[in-house]
Amino acid sequence: MNNNRTTAPPDIEVIDLCKRFGAVRALDRVSVKFRAGRIHALLGENGAGKSTLVKCLMGYYRADAGQVMLDGQQQAVLHARDAHALGLGMVYQHFTLVPQMTVAENFLLGRRRLPAIIDWRVEHRALDEFMASMPFRLDPRRMVATLAAGEKQKLEILKQLYLGRRFIVLDEPTSVLTPTEADEVLTEVRRLTDAGLLTVVLITHKLREVMRFAQDVSVLRGGKVVAHTPVAAASEPSLAKMMFGAPSSVEKPEPSRKSASATHDPYLELERIHALGDRGTPAVIGVSIGVRPGEIVGIAGVSGNGQKELVQILAGQREAHSGSMRVGGHAFHGTRRELERWGLSLLIEEPLVNAAVPSMSVAENLALRQFDRPPLAIAGWVLKRRALRPFARALIARYGIRVGSASAPLQTLSGGNIQRTVLARELARAVRLLIMQNPCFGLDVAAATEIRRQIMRVRNDGAAVLLISEDLDEVLDLSDRVLVMAGGRISYETDRAGADRYEIGRHMTQALARLSA
Amino acid sequence: MTGTFDLGWWGVLLAVVAGAIRVSTPYLLVSLGETLTEKSGRVNLGLEGTLVFGAMSAFATCYLTGSPWLGMLAAGVAGSALGLLHAAICNLPRVNDVAVGIALFIFGIGLAFFLGKPFIEPRAPMLPGLPLGNWSSNPAVRSAFEVSPMFFFGIVLAIVLEWSLKHTRWGLILRIAGESADAARAIGLRINRIRTLATMAGGFLSGLGGGFLSLYYPGNWNEGLSSGQGLMAIALVIFARWSPMRCFYASLLFGGTAAIGPAVQTIGITEGYYLFYAAPYVLTLGLLIYSSSPTRTLAGAPAELSISR
Repeated sequence: MNNNRTTAPPDIEVIDLCKRFGAVRALDRVSVKFRAGRIHALLGENGAGKSTLVKCLMGYYRADAGQVMLDGQQQAVLHARDAHALGLGMVYQHFTLVPQMTVAENFLLGRRRLPAIIDWRVEHRALDEFMASMPFRLDPRRMVATLAAGEKQKLEILKQLYLGRRFIVLDEPTSVLTPTEADEVLTEVRRLTDAGLLTVVLITHKLREVMRFAQDVSVLRGGKVVAHTPVAAASEPSLAKMMFGAPSSVEKPEPSRKSASATHDPYLELERIHALGDRGTPAVIGVSIGVRPGEIVGIAGVSGNGQKELVQILAGQREAHSGSMRVGGHAFHGTRRELERWGLSLLIEEPLVNAAVPSMSVAENLALRQFDRPPLAIAGWVLKRRALRPFARALIARYGIRVGSASAPLQTLSGGNIQRTVLARELARAVRLLIMQNPCFGLDVAAATEIRRQIMRVRNDGAAVLLISEDLDEVLDLSDRVLVMAGGRISYETDRAGADRYEIGRHMTQALARLSA
Repeated sequence: MTGTFDLGWWGVLLAVVAGAIRVSTPYLLVSLGETLTEKSGRVNLGLEGTLVFGAMSAFATCYLTGSPWLGMLAAGVAGSALGLLHAAICNLPRVNDVAVGIALFIFGIGLAFFLGKPFIEPRAPMLPGLPLGNWSSNPAVRSAFEVSPMFFFGIVLAIVLEWSLKHTRWGLILRIAGESADAARAIGLRINRIRTLATMAGGFLSGLGGGFLSLYYPGNWNEGLSSGQGLMAIALVIFARWSPMRCFYASLLFGGTAAIGPAVQTIGITEGYYLFYAAPYVLTLGLLIYSSSPTRTLAGAPAELSISR
């Protein structure tokens, strides 16, 4: 099945591709030529049409109009199977590996004709041979669950090569990697293309990666190609301008104005917190953190290093094994009364699952914190439905939640608007401590900017803010102090002035014991 | 257990060993079936119903045709029909497999009782046993070591399944469906079809387990025949952490425990012996408490199961 390993990578051209979803023109006469043996970056914001373009190419969507040319010949790609047969493959943003299987088993999964009985000695020999011919390798006998994110990404790429694919689309391949891992993976990909093994399409919104690793770049905006250029002829500012139509719209906040905050006592104090993860293994190990009023403390780290468990402890969703948590100098147990008294607000990741009731209306979700307090209730138990509507309308207007009616179920809203709804609810009262986890994950630039602005406002009003995020840029942009969480411990701490992304990245990867993978 | 009184407490031990072999067979068949089903990412809680329905089908077929082997076949087919029903309903979008399983549990038992009424009194030819105790002159030993071929079938099946899950194409495919529906979809597998086949296979084996109950041991058809063995077998799968070979060991343990009650009674203990009849239920409860925890997920559970998500 690897007989076509020696075939040259193809040259692919899409011509006048159009795709419509309802009233939205996702692709508007898009033409791009991907030249053989090169890395071609597709750059654009969320919703610019990058994913739609490659999904049409890979046969997941059927384009309304347009052609796909492979090595100069027109091809009909109507189905994912057609794409695979032509040697086109895609590596998704979210891994499609099976964690409880070995690397070798994951390699075999994609094969079209699997023998009825698998002779593992023969397969392992073939895999070892294949690995030996690759610029980077993995032990086929390891369980995928034990691989670090960077290794999983490499496995996905190796798998495509093993399956004989010569044209690979990488969809945001570095979104779950540390900067060091990202550089390593992309260096290897570049080595593969330079060796004439592959043609690569790199979907990304990270300009740095485009400048360093890609050879050609196409910029998409609003379903149209706005520019094609060799990377050598482009610069970061020029690309950003094409991408956003204006200079980068993500604002970077001012550092904390209150330098006096250093003299305050910490408002949130965690002392030597230990906790076990879902698998019963230690997930949080001796974590001590202090957050003072008027500062943002950011915790960076690759996902699966104990952040989830730490947030669950802070949110009262998981019990700490030992250690203490104090808010405002008092022991804290996460009861509703304490949350109210100490002005604690939480914005946990995946709010639809973790912090909201999907089938209740937007108005009801907005009132979850205060539904039994005046003015929404009388004497703590008779709810005033009539007071709910103006309460919700005021928050909807203030936080720019785009929704037709306040009585629409929350689950019918887009991700950005769900995030805004939960944020509005959490910020609707006096906030003295705000804890957030990946607050802008999956949001477009406008929504992310708005949410960041709200976070800064809360901090400038004197609240203590703890930001736990897998997005290193977000941590670096917002935090007054940066901590790194790796292997369940706080492994590094620096202030804003001393923050260096590579130094931080090094600390993010040093403890590769991935605890709750 | 006539004759055990000669042997005193040794008789109890012998009875437990014999029970481990004899009583374990339905546990083994049902738990292997459920392992198959759960490996594909679905739970079939209706296997108690399948077991009872299989027992009735086997007995009725055997009574009407005179062939116990034809009865076993009928039990298997009846079991896979119930499996197909479970799978067909669960294939519909947003159907909860646990709820369907419970419904099927009640449906299977009800249908078996309804159709099985005429077969409660009569006798039917039984499955033959293999006389492996002929070396001994002691009748207790001889009867203890009369082993059903279904027991050996179960052992061979456990070994074959354990090996197949790792070394065959369908083993790999089954595990992908159970471990990651996304990965399965990405490589073009039809998840619903895989799960349907796995549930039918699980139903077939559970049906055989029922056939063993009515055609070998205890060897008749009545409404109290199973008394929850199908449900205990499902708990046993969790204890065995979804490994066919561990299902075999766990079945022996359950079988041995179930034999304590009758054995104690035969050596003349007349008070409180019925407490020993509860042993398998206590064991089930104990094992479930031991193997579950509020702070961690079960090790080895297929990731797509609704209980581990």
